[in-house]
Amino acid sequence: MSASAPAERTDGRIRSRMAPYFTVVRYLVLFGFACFFLMPVYALLVTALKNPAEVSVVRMWEWPASLSLENFRIVWPKLREGFVNSSLLAVPSSIISSALGAANGFVLAKWRFPGADFAFPLILFGMFIPYQAIIIPMFQTMSYIGLKGGLSGLIMVHVIYGLPITTLIFRSYFSGISEELIEAAKVDGAGMLSTFFHVALPIAPPAFAVSMIWQFTSAWNDFLFGVLLTDRNHWPITVALNNIAGSQSVPFNEAMASALLASVPTLLVYFLLGRFFMRGLMAGALKG
Amino acid sequence: MRRIRSWGPGLLLVAPSLLALALFVYVFLGWNVRVSFTSWRGLLPKYDNIGLDNYVALAHDQRFMQFDVPHIAIFTLVFVVGALAVGFLMALLLDRGVVGENVFRAVFLFPMAISFIATAIIWRWLLDNGGGESTTGLNKLLVDVGLGSWRSDWFRSSSRWAIAAIALPAGWALSGYVMSLFLAGLRGVPEELREAARVDGASEPRVFWFVVRPMLLPVLMSAIVILAHISLKTFDLFYAMDQKNLKIDTPALYMWFTTFDGGFYARGATIATLLLLGVAVVIVPYVWYSVRSEQRR
Amino acid sequence: MRWTSLFAVSLAAALISTSACSKKKSSAPDKGAAETDKEAAKTTDKAPDQPAAADKEGGAQVEVFSWWTGPGEHEGLDAMIADFKSKNPGVEFINAGVAGGAGTNAKAILANRLQADNPPDSYQRHAGLELADDIKAGKLEDLTALYDKQGWKDKLPKGLLEAITIDGKIYSVPVNIHRANLIWYVPKTLKSLGIKGPPATWKEFLTQAAAIKAKGKTPLSIGPAWTQKHLLETILLGELGPEKYTGLWNGKTDWKSAEVTAALGTFKKVLSFSDIKSAAADWQPAADRVLDGTAVYNVMGDWQDAYFGRAKKLAYKADYDVAPSPGTAGMYDFLSDSFTLPVGVKHHDAAVKWLEECGSVEGQDLFNPQKGSVPARTDADKSKYKDYLATALKDWQDPATKIVGSLAHGVVANNALSSEMDTALGLFVESGDAAAFADAVVKAYEATK
Repeated sequence: MSASAPAERTDGRIRSRMAPYFTVVRYLVLFGFACFFLMPVYALLVTALKNPAEVSVVRMWEWPASLSLENFRIVWPKLREGFVNSSLLAVPSSIISSALGAANGFVLAKWRFPGADFAFPLILFGMFIPYQAIIIPMFQTMSYIGLKGGLSGLIMVHVIYGLPITTLIFRSYFSGISEELIEAAKVDGAGMLSTFFHVALPIAPPAFAVSMIWQFTSAWNDFLFGVLLTDRNHWPITVALNNIAGSQSVPFNEAMASALLASVPTLLVYFLLGRFFMRGLMAGALKG
Repeated sequence: MRRIRSWGPGLLLVAPSLLALALFVYVFLGWNVRVSFTSWRGLLPKYDNIGLDNYVALAHDQRFMQFDVPHIAIFTLVFVVGALAVGFLMALLLDRGVVGENVFRAVFLFPMAISFIATAIIWRWLLDNGGGESTTGLNKLLVDVGLGSWRSDWFRSSSRWAIAAIALPAGWALSGYVMSLFLAGLRGVPEELREAARVDGASEPRVFWFVVRPMLLPVLMSAIVILAHISLKTFDLFYAMDQKNLKIDTPALYMWFTTFDGGFYARGATIATLLLLGVAVVIVPYVWYSVRSEQRR
Repeated sequence: MRWTSLFAVSLAAALISTSACSKKKSSAPDKGAAETDKEAAKTTDKAPDQPAAADKEGGAQVEVFSWWTGPGEHEGLDAMIADFKSKNPGVEFINAGVAGGAGTNAKAILANRLQADNPPDSYQRHAGLELADDIKAGKLEDLTALYDKQGWKDKLPKGLLEAITIDGKIYSVPVNIHRANLIWYVPKTLKSLGIKGPPATWKEFLTQAAAIKAKGKTPLSIGPAWTQKHLLETILLGELGPEKYTGLWNGKTDWKSAEVTAALGTFKKVLSFSDIKSAAADWQPAADRVLDGTAVYNVMGDWQDAYFGRAKKLAYKADYDVAPSPGTAGMYDFLSDSFTLPVGVKHHDAAVKWLEECGSVEGQDLFNPQKGSVPARTDADKSKYKDYLATALKDWQDPATKIVGSLAHGVVANNALSSEMDTALGLFVESGDAAAFADAVVKAYEATK
């Protein structure tokens, strides 16, 4: 699926003789990074497969005496409800905030209005608000509006607080569109929306991937807003995770098993969005 | 009025976001600032006015000045630079196309998918600094590999830079995302532009420096802003690594505990306001300058 | 163009599912009451005949907020809930348990709800001054009348009643009692080091510690900041005795007096004999160090018994043993989990019934054996409490035992003072400056009275 390296080099530079060495080094470095990234995952996995008596920090690297999926079996019923709620939360909120971010990013990058260069930092500043500083007024506002309890209020909050970052991502991505392209579209009589749909969106998938990855993860892993704004029936999965892993006496084996289970949907989303990272989209748009 | 018709739709499209953020960010921020001028302590809100007393008190607060502020500066520096470097390198390596790019990408992104509680527990174990028979975690790996002299006390060390150790779990979780940001940016560079430069006789490094790099500046800005905001806001990770250990205390943590453990709402709001002032002074000019310099290209 | 249509379709789907969520809100059956483990499945009341919309005003339900979600705790809670349901058929029990020990998560959630005048029907807090903020803000109902009606004042020890009576009124119903002043050890380790028994005073501890350290072992294992606070209180209690200790928290004892300064010095010395430089990440890993022999002693509350006995499956007396922490024989440094009645709850009667369950003999005897704690009531069924719990119960009910309240667990210090002490203690541990610590505590006490 990915273009192979040697085929791109059509200029026959002397360097192509060194290419194999560079390739080897490249793979080595990548493997090295992969090991670093996977090492904690190994510890996670191994702990999730152990029984409680074997779990201790001093023995973290040891392979389990007997592999058992017992921990997963135990935690699954506790997580099941949360899975549903979190999915109903994370999917809509990431799609909506990415869509809005794309629109904002396009306007701020390519279809600017007077003061757009002020509006952008103003929007961006919203990213830095520490959540604990605003939960009180936010909670009261949401109670007042009546959007507390179910998931709609939580979705709305995630969308709103996701706007700064999705706008940021799309704005930087769209700033790479050449002005000529925009002008050409305008000359053809396209208005803003038309330009957005025909010039910006077709090349936007990688930015969508990046934006959705962030928003989905952020909504899926959020605990604070989730536990505050929903009632017992709508608790996201993070509350169940916290209850397993945050109590007075933490059953580490269960905590790890539940963390692994809970990360599966997010990982799935990353895989699905991987296709959006394809090369040459910009080139495709030019030819189209 | 033709001019309004040209940019009007754009403003209209962005307006809902601006309005929503006006309320959920700026009005709430205003509430914080208001509370920072009060003496509100305890459950019942108290909107009196004691002027700058809270700010003065904070300037003399040992925990805040001696621990929190230096810590957040150190952590932000190490974390942002580290994650940028690692993320960018990984993106570069993957961009040329490798077998199993999907797998590598998934491996690098996976840490972000894991909830922070599990991340903190595992990294707490990894950065454990027990000695002798109790050596475990990274230290044990280092010893086993023969690099025992690299053994460290990590965030329990008596050095000022102890908190930099937390950049390891934070970077582990976030570098993959920085990588995907840069990868998207790299992939967004039209191949035609690179080809044109090559045809003109430029070598790969020069193609990168003169064609690709300028187009990555917006992405770089995004990455820096994203990393910085995580760095300033994060408190769950620190809290779960070692509860209430002053060695890894940050303004965000102090704010959380003093507000909800102690009921010092005014003090918490003051810390929040100061934090945001710091951001406004550093990040906003940076963003402004970056946006402006893009226009000049 | 494909991407555009994909974009449009997914946006539409997102918006539709968002509106579907609001519909989900009103059609959720008694999922809230359904605990997911097997035991509760057997005993869960099948009340789905009622149109149990979770937020129907005045419907027969009660929302109880606690942090009992861990092993032992939630089985105990489930047993109490089952008993409650059998006595109150038709009342839906919504178990809004959020973990976090007595932690900041729970406090943040409660603070929000109380300020928004949207309290749960009952919530859990440590009995004692931890409730002071809520009381001061007028958010809790006075339960003295309930106590009189149920005759609880005769069934609870005097020391406990004193600790939970604030300005002459009582605001919570204690369910369990934990003891904080305990020192834990493994008999085999002591034997192998030639130590006769656990130290009776901190001075004796320091002597033993020097010898232990010489042999290459850690005299005392310690964990994160709260365990250090816990250690501090046991040392203060052990060195000052119950009256002066209690005086520390009501202004009667001078923090700058010679005795307190000496006690703080002892604390410093004890810490120097602990593994604080590589402190365990939590209290269980600290306990593990005692179990595997790298450390000899550990000071912790009696929830450690449930950890050793149940999680680690060890035998009391044979594999592990416990004694009152040095200098505190005959003293019971207690903490208690209790339930409250907020003002303006939606389901007042059901909430009161819940409190009656909490204060009842049956309820307490169902909960405590599972949790590994001792019931607050003195007329509990002694046969249910075995091994360590039997000894603890005996001590608790003995009229000669001096009962004092815990600092680290919310009995003698209100939230503000406790939080300021966290900062002061952290600084003290870093700098070793006992005088500065005493200063800070006095200032904080004055500021937060």
